[in-house]
Amino acid sequence: MDLRRPLLPKAFGLIKFLIRRFISMAVVAILVTLFVFVLSRASGDPRTVFLNEYTTKEQWEQWGKDWGLDRPLLMQYLIWLGRAARGDLGNSLRESRPVTDVIKERIPATVQLAMGAFLFAVGLGLPLGVLSAVKRGSIWDYSGRTIALFGQALPPFWLGIMLILVFAVHLNWFPTGRRGGIDHFVLPSITLGWLTAAGLLRLVRSSMLEVLDSEYVKLARAKGASQFTVIWKHAFRNALTAPLTYTALVFVAFLTGAVVTETVFAWPGLGRLAVTSMSNLDLPVLSGVVFVLTGLYVLVNFLTDLLYAVIDPRIRLA
Amino acid sequence: MSVEAAARLPVRRRMRANYQTVRQVLARINRYPVIPAAIMTVMVVAAVFAPYVAPKDPLLGSLRDREIPPMWLEGGRSEFILGTDPIGRDILSRIVYGAQISLVIVITVTAVGGTVGTALGIIAGWYGGNADEIIMRLVDFTLAVPFILVALVTVIVFGQSFAIVVTLMAVFSWNGFARQVRAEALGIKTTDYVAVAKVAGASGYRIMVRHILPGVINTVLVVASLRVGSLILTEAILSFLGAGIPKPTPAWGVMVADGRDYLGTSWWIAFFPGLAIFLLVLASNFLGDWLRDRLDPRLRQLA
Repeated sequence: MDLRRPLLPKAFGLIKFLIRRFISMAVVAILVTLFVFVLSRASGDPRTVFLNEYTTKEQWEQWGKDWGLDRPLLMQYLIWLGRAARGDLGNSLRESRPVTDVIKERIPATVQLAMGAFLFAVGLGLPLGVLSAVKRGSIWDYSGRTIALFGQALPPFWLGIMLILVFAVHLNWFPTGRRGGIDHFVLPSITLGWLTAAGLLRLVRSSMLEVLDSEYVKLARAKGASQFTVIWKHAFRNALTAPLTYTALVFVAFLTGAVVTETVFAWPGLGRLAVTSMSNLDLPVLSGVVFVLTGLYVLVNFLTDLLYAVIDPRIRLA
Repeated sequence: MSVEAAARLPVRRRMRANYQTVRQVLARINRYPVIPAAIMTVMVVAAVFAPYVAPKDPLLGSLRDREIPPMWLEGGRSEFILGTDPIGRDILSRIVYGAQISLVIVITVTAVGGTVGTALGIIAGWYGGNADEIIMRLVDFTLAVPFILVALVTVIVFGQSFAIVVTLMAVFSWNGFARQVRAEALGIKTTDYVAVAKVAGASGYRIMVRHILPGVINTVLVVASLRVGSLILTEAILSFLGAGIPKPTPAWGVMVADGRDYLGTSWWIAFFPGLAIFLLVLASNFLGDWLRDRLDPRLRQLA
């Protein structure tokens, strides 16, 4: 990077980068919601859902007017989007109450599960990553690398089921599923966090190895700093930038993972709601979940980009 | 040196020599991913020759034979090596046919995604400008879409089918190819032989096909082989959620889902199909890494 470059264009570059990312994220959000909308219209007139023997012709037409069904499809989409943005996602076909309510109930469960998984991933991935880098070739290194390797190849749903089989059915240490006390969190958190732990471990290991080989760590050692100081103060802190930005991406992985994990453990969160509404053919609820999660997804993607750009100026040039 | 010791010497030397050749052979084998390759070969052979390999019909079961444990357990029967499921179908046979499903999906999706991705990557790299911008934004788009959710919505509207799974996966699998190929093509674009071809009057199409394409083939192969594992997993996840291959086709994900309700009594129903997925993904990840190190070590950051 050219240090003589004036400050203003640099800041401007950052802003330009952010604007570009923002636009592309907005495009993603629009296209995904448009996709959901078109599919929901393709599956039939939305009024038929509410049709019963008491429906009058006037009512039918009033609904048509209310939802703008007499207008062009693009207008209909905008109306739908406007309602959705105000929190009106229609009614669930199954439970005949507002989708927003159904979704709201499910959010805490998913958030708690994600936090549990995050704790597990960080608690396992970080220390083991450091250990396997510091004691290269030791038993720690081998077990760390094995976990990293298995983490990528284990089908998450199978892992969950095997955990249930061993720890719930046979050993009876933990419940098989559903929400409840702290013991209910153990198996689902491991299932959801496993992949992330493996990824984190690999990242921490490789960036630790890189840092441990650097000049300033050698200098610290030459200076006579203790092993502990060298590892935790000099190396670890500097090795942490790459994994830090990765943990932001973790969220995105959790989103997909939650769908699977919640299905395995009958966990009453958003992911399971998406799957059950799919099998119940409850399109309004599924569109609602997709709407909410896509919004989150896009937002987190954008924030990650922002974080990257602030931490590592080279990204802005890409 | 005593006579005795002198007599022993050649023997010891011979022993050491033997030991060394064994080590050398092992080292040579170790350079190749023998075990992953063996797993892969077994799976592929099983898939291709499924009707001859599978001992039973994968769809037909008899209710009298339901939930029989694997043959080495008490109550197991030698005709059902890995046991049977709740409606008496042979699990081994279903796994063998399941390998066929996975293989067909991986090959189709990789072929479609790889071809489209490579073509778009070369076009983006060669033309640059607006073409590049549009294609790369499309790549960003497919990377930023929550795939599983989109798959669930698609399935609710169109229903479960093989075609839907393949289409969905193909739509979301060309991006990696396009990205890597574009980067590679940008490098090749500046080489002398492309400049010479241009001066000689070669058309853009000819340069892309005859000069750039051969240069990116290695990259394409590496990306494809690194993708196999995640494609198998994705298909399994979709099938497990009930958004993939419809029943009663023996897709591995479906089999695990079926076995979930019988964990207390018959663990083998969910265990073996999942193990098959795990082994195949592990093997293909190993092979992918190995191929990358061989063909294109610069792609290391690809994971």
